[in-house]
This record gives sequence, structure tokens and C-alpha cells, in this order.
Amino acid sequence: MKHLILIFAILLALLLASCSPIDLNTPIPTYETGVDSTAWVPVPAGTFYFGQAAKLEEIAYNYQIMVTDVTVAQYVNFVNSALADGTLKVSGDQVVGSYPGDEFTGAKHELEIGAGDYIFVPLNDPAARFTFNGFTFAILPGWENHPITDVSWFGARGYCEYYGYRLPSELEWEKAARGSTDDRPFPWGEQISRNNANFYASRDPFENMATFGSRTSPVGFYNGKIYAGYTTVDSASPYGLYDMAGNVWQWVGDVTPHFSDRFMRGGSKGTYDMDLRVWVRNSAPPMYYSPSVGFRCVKAGN
Amino acid sequence: MQFLKVRFNYLFKSTKGLILMAIAMIALETAIFGMLSGPMAELGVRDFFVRILKMDLVQAEREGRIIILYHSIAMAVVAIETYMITSLLKMKEFYKMAVRVLITVGYLLVMIFGLGFAYWGHNWVLHGLYITGLSLIFFAGVLLVIALWPWNKEYFQPDKNYSSTKNGVDMGRVAFFATALTTVISAMFGAVPGSYFGNGFEAFLAENIIRLPEKTTMEYSIIGHLHIMLALIAIMITLILGQWMNFKGILQKIAMPLIILGTIVLNLGVWGVVTPLEPVAHMIIYMGATPAMLGALMLVIFAWDKLIRQGTIGIKKASGWQKFKALLADPLKFGPFWQMVFMNFTVSGIGIFYAVRLDEIFRMWAHRDERIELTGHWHVLSAIIATIILLYYGDMIGLRGRIRKLYGWGIILLSDLAFASVTIFETKRLFISEAGQQPLVNTVMYLMDFGLGMLLVILAMLMVWRLFDLFKKKGRWAEEVEHELATEVGK
Repeated sequence: MKHLILIFAILLALLLASCSPIDLNTPIPTYETGVDSTAWVPVPAGTFYFGQAAKLEEIAYNYQIMVTDVTVAQYVNFVNSALADGTLKVSGDQVVGSYPGDEFTGAKHELEIGAGDYIFVPLNDPAARFTFNGFTFAILPGWENHPITDVSWFGARGYCEYYGYRLPSELEWEKAARGSTDDRPFPWGEQISRNNANFYASRDPFENMATFGSRTSPVGFYNGKIYAGYTTVDSASPYGLYDMAGNVWQWVGDVTPHFSDRFMRGGSKGTYDMDLRVWVRNSAPPMYYSPSVGFRCVKAGN
Repeated sequence: MQFLKVRFNYLFKSTKGLILMAIAMIALETAIFGMLSGPMAELGVRDFFVRILKMDLVQAEREGRIIILYHSIAMAVVAIETYMITSLLKMKEFYKMAVRVLITVGYLLVMIFGLGFAYWGHNWVLHGLYITGLSLIFFAGVLLVIALWPWNKEYFQPDKNYSSTKNGVDMGRVAFFATALTTVISAMFGAVPGSYFGNGFEAFLAENIIRLPEKTTMEYSIIGHLHIMLALIAIMITLILGQWMNFKGILQKIAMPLIILGTIVLNLGVWGVVTPLEPVAHMIIYMGATPAMLGALMLVIFAWDKLIRQGTIGIKKASGWQKFKALLADPLKFGPFWQMVFMNFTVSGIGIFYAVRLDEIFRMWAHRDERIELTGHWHVLSAIIATIILLYYGDMIGLRGRIRKLYGWGIILLSDLAFASVTIFETKRLFISEAGQQPLVNTVMYLMDFGLGMLLVILAMLMVWRLFDLFKKKGRWAEEVEHELATEVGK
């Protein structure tokens, strides 16, 4: 019995020790990927394979999509501008902005999201990649070209609309990720290796599984370059998009009737490779934010 | 030739041989396919095994592969329970033999050809044989239901210590009958949509569509099927344990009607998900689960009371400590019932909390976090059932002395360590943020891997011993050829 008590005491101590806080501000290696985070690529109208069962779908119009996820630098610029012109405001420990509301049908588990102000980004989250001094936002050094995270669906939508863009629909997102010629599971092809994308325990230069775990990589990192001895495979999608698998989940714009959740696509640094397949969906209420969730925008035309 | 023939007869004709064979097959499958899991992928083990075994893993077919994998393990577990039932309960020899032949051929076809189809390219002959195996198991189930028919006077219960109707119908047998019958019907709830989705190659895992507000009847059917089949396997092992412990007296008289009622209502609730009753189906399911679990509680009370009484024979007035020691004296007798209690902390308790606070807490998480909770939840339930079978098997093969204690306590402590770790892992978002979770994740993953890994080592040692034993002329296998579980009841 004494042995048993000792063993359980050790296990309990181990568990308590593992709940102790970790340094989330551990410096991150900085790399210039050479990928332009302000670039857009055109996606032509036409058919493509959609979903796991690869059903043929059609998008009847041309559109453009960002080559990379929106970066911390881009989002911080947006928040500073939008705060200055009154589009956004600080409310308690959140930056909030307006949303016209969803149609509420009272369906099972449906959350009522009426017109009003909703969280864009939290101000006190230890995983945030920016600081706020009460007046302006600043980027944490080293994170400039990483995807913005800790952003709600409202915050993602708000960014895109501020500049006249919008969030992609699921169909638009998947066509951009998969291309229009085959039913590939990953943006770059049929199989995935550790050097294709940033996913859980992918042994990239930004993770330390003993302490803070997996962290984001700079947008466009997996472009075939070698970074201080770490070799990446060029993992662009057929249309030339980066990070359509891994790094961060990406909010998409669809609002589904009777369902208050919003969908995310692409998998993240915190998920196993199976979640990086182009058809895999995640979802969460629109006020949800996480260090693994970001977004990119689309706009009309060529 | 004689050497092979007698051993073949042991492995494929005797109760304990059939059970050993099925456990060995599950152990082998777990050892091989466990190497493809997430933690193994992290270590690079998955890629190594895929390469060495020349597996052909198409990304879009992962969900379909997993469904076949689950079925191949579940069918072997169902076979083990069937061997136990046919050995514990009286039935005509023809039925006993027919059920065993069908289910043995069935689960072997499912396991060998199903996995062959799923993991090594798509040879449709293999798929056909896999479906044939499932069909044989279904027919074995139908025959088992007929064999268990409780209104046959031969099977009436003359002993008033056991639950029976005024006419003498054995309520214990009715409970087995009701569980077997509802299992056969519930199997169809998987078979019909399985054919539909399989034909269209649109396999999906229930946990991936759980949040979608509008599901088709076929999708509801699949979700209902996987829940009820696992619940029925759990109810059946509870009934088997009751038979093993010679469950009788007032507690059994209360428990049997509760379990029968609970099982039927539970099934009606699950079948209701494909009818207009869907909005209230969950309420019906709770109404069924409650009496079934109360019945199981009666069994636990009976079994532990029996162990305490047996362990304190000769002591005039046993102290609390002496009773406690008596309760824990035999891990193989204590363990199965402890695992049933432990299940409430790691499965039922979590499930009830989840249901009560679904909208306030869990639906505010990302779906992926909910998915982790869901899969952890039912993996633990499946594994608890497996440990209960292993503990019963340890007693069945007559482990004695120190080995008995090491085997029994090893399974209990290691599995509970793993299950507790899984429970912490799956509910971690309740008490730790995503950004700060890694050290906790590491700790619980190590504990989980250690617990399950060592459990598999114990199982491997047992299997290696039994394999070597088969080469002995007068090995333990030779003693077990004629053993029937019914003659060992209540020991």
C-alpha cells in the first residue's frame, strides 16, 4: 500500500508540475521567406473537385485570393487604422467591432447572434503576437511575417471588409487549395512529409515539444528554400498559394442556416497531418479565437 | 499430423481455445495497427511500419480504413462474448456448434480480408470476403437469439434464488436474449447505411459530422449504430460477469428486470433517431441507460459483498480494514467490477457532464476539441471492456499466486493510469489554454503510452506463454480442451 501511495503521489506531482506556466514569449527564429504577403492570385471560373468524395462543383466567376494568410503586421496596421477612424473600439479586454447579426431560427444548439459589437481580438491573451499600450498596437518582435492568430471570425471578416474584400466561401477556399485539375488531398499533391507544412510535431524550427509546443511559421515558409540547414519542400497550391495546409486554420465566410458555428479549413500547427487534407473542416462559434486560427481574404475579378 | 489436429481442435472447438485465439488475433492487430496512431506518427514509427509492411494508404480513404479496423476488432470481441455465452448458458448442442462455427469463420474473414482490403490496396474480392464475414456474424447472432429463447421450458429457472417470472421463465436468460436480439437488430442500423455509403464511397466518422445541424437519416443511423453496439457489448459483458459470479438473491431479482427494461428502452431510443422521434431520442436513451446502469450497480454490490464475505470466512467480526483487504485480495475477481465503477469516472460521468453543459461549455470550443473528447470517451469505454475480458480470462485459465496478482493488478493499475490520462487529455480545455497546454499534453501522453504499452507487454507475455504451452504435450491447453465456463461459475 505504501508503494501505491508513493506512486500516486509521484503521478500527482508530475501532473501538477506539467500545469505550471510556460514562457510563451520565448524568442522565435526569424527568417525571410521571400514570399510577398501582399500578393494576390487569380482563380478562374470553372469546375473543380470538392470534398473527400471529390464531387465535381463549379464556381461560375473569377476571383482573387491572397497568396498567404494575413500577417501579424498587416492585422496590426488594420487595427490601428480602424481604431483611429472609429470602426473599432476597445471594450474592456477586447477590441470589438460591429456585426449586423445572423438570422436566428432557434434550431437545436444554435447560438443567437444578433446585431451588435463582437470581439475581434482579445487584449490580454498571453498567446497574442501584438501588444497594446492603451492607444496603439505594436507587433511583438520576430512575429511580423507570421499569420495573425487569436482572431475571431468577426475579426477576420472585419479585416477583409475594411479593405473591400471578403472571407472566402468554403467552395472558393477549396478550389484555391486544390486547383481544378485533380482531386489531390494536399495543395501540393498526394502525400505529406514533415517538410511540406507546419503541423503537430512536424519538427520545424519553430516548435519545441518539451515546452511551448508547436508555433506558427512565417507565411510562405514552405517554399523550397533552406533556412539555416532546415530544408523545406515547395508546397504551393496549383494556383501558387502558400500555407493552405497547416500553420493556422483559416476562417471561411459561409453562414449556414440553423447553425451558428463558422467553418475553418486547412489544419494547423496544432493538428496531426490528417487534418491538413483539403476537405477537412473544423468549426467554432464566431467569437472563438485561438493561437491556431487565422484567415486570408478574397476579392472579385481577375 | 496428430500434433496439429489436437491443437487445432483445442483452438477452434474448445471454449477456452476459441477465446485464446480471438484474444491473440486482437492482440496482434492492436500491436500492428497501433503503430499507425498519432503518437506513433510523431515518433516516425508510423512511416516506418507503412514502408516495411508495404501498406497502400490513400489519404481520402482514411475514414473508411478506420471503420474497417474498428469493425475487425469489435467482431472479435463480439465473438469472445459469444463463446462465453454459449459456454455459460444452457442451449442445444447444435445451436452452440453452429453459432461458434459461423462467428469464428466470420470474425476471421472480417479481420484478415477486411484489413487486407483496407490497408493493402483495393482487391474487391477481399472486400467481398469481409462483407461475407460480417454476414456470417449476423447469422450467428440470429441463431444465438433462437438458442437463447427463454420461453422454452427446458430453460426455466427452478431455483427461487434467481429472478424468474411466476411461470418460471429465467429473467437472467431473458436479459441475455433481449441483449442478443437488440444487438442483431441494431447491427442492421449499421449495415443498411454502411451499404449505402460504402457503395457511394462516402465513408465518414460520426465525430466529424456531430455538429452539423442537418443530418440525413442514414447519417443518424450510423451515429446510433456505433453508440448502441458499444453499449450492447458493455451490457452483454455485464451479464456475462453476473453469470460468472453466480449473481443471485434480492439484488439479482432487482437487477435483471432493470437491465432488461433498460436495454429495450435504450435501443428504442437509439432506433428512434431515424424516426420522427429524433428530437426526444436522447431523452429516451437516458431513460434506458439509467435502469441498465442501476442493474450493473447491483451486480457490483453483490460481487464485492461476495468477495468480502469469502475473504473474511473464519473471522468472527471482521474489521473494516480486514474487509477491505478481502475485497482486494484477488485482483482478477475484484478488477472487472472495479473497472465497471472506474468507467463512471472516465466515461459515464464525463458523458453526463458533457450532455448537461453541452451548449454552455463544449459547443463554445472548436469542433476539433469536441472531437477529441468524443473519440477519447468511446475509446476508453472500448478499452475498459477489453480489460474486463482480460481479467476474466486470467481467472478462466487459472492463473495462481504471484502471477495472478501481478497480472491482475498490472492490468487494473496500468489501464486505469492510461484511462485517467486520456480523460485529462480529452477534457484539458476545461482547465488549460491551448497556448499553455504542451507540458500537460506531454505528461498525459507519456502516462497514456506507458500504461497502454505496459498493458500490451503483459498481454504479449501471456500470449507468448500460451504459444509455448501449445508445443507441450501435456500443456495447460490439454487440460482446457474439455473445460466449460458453466462448470466454473461461482468459484
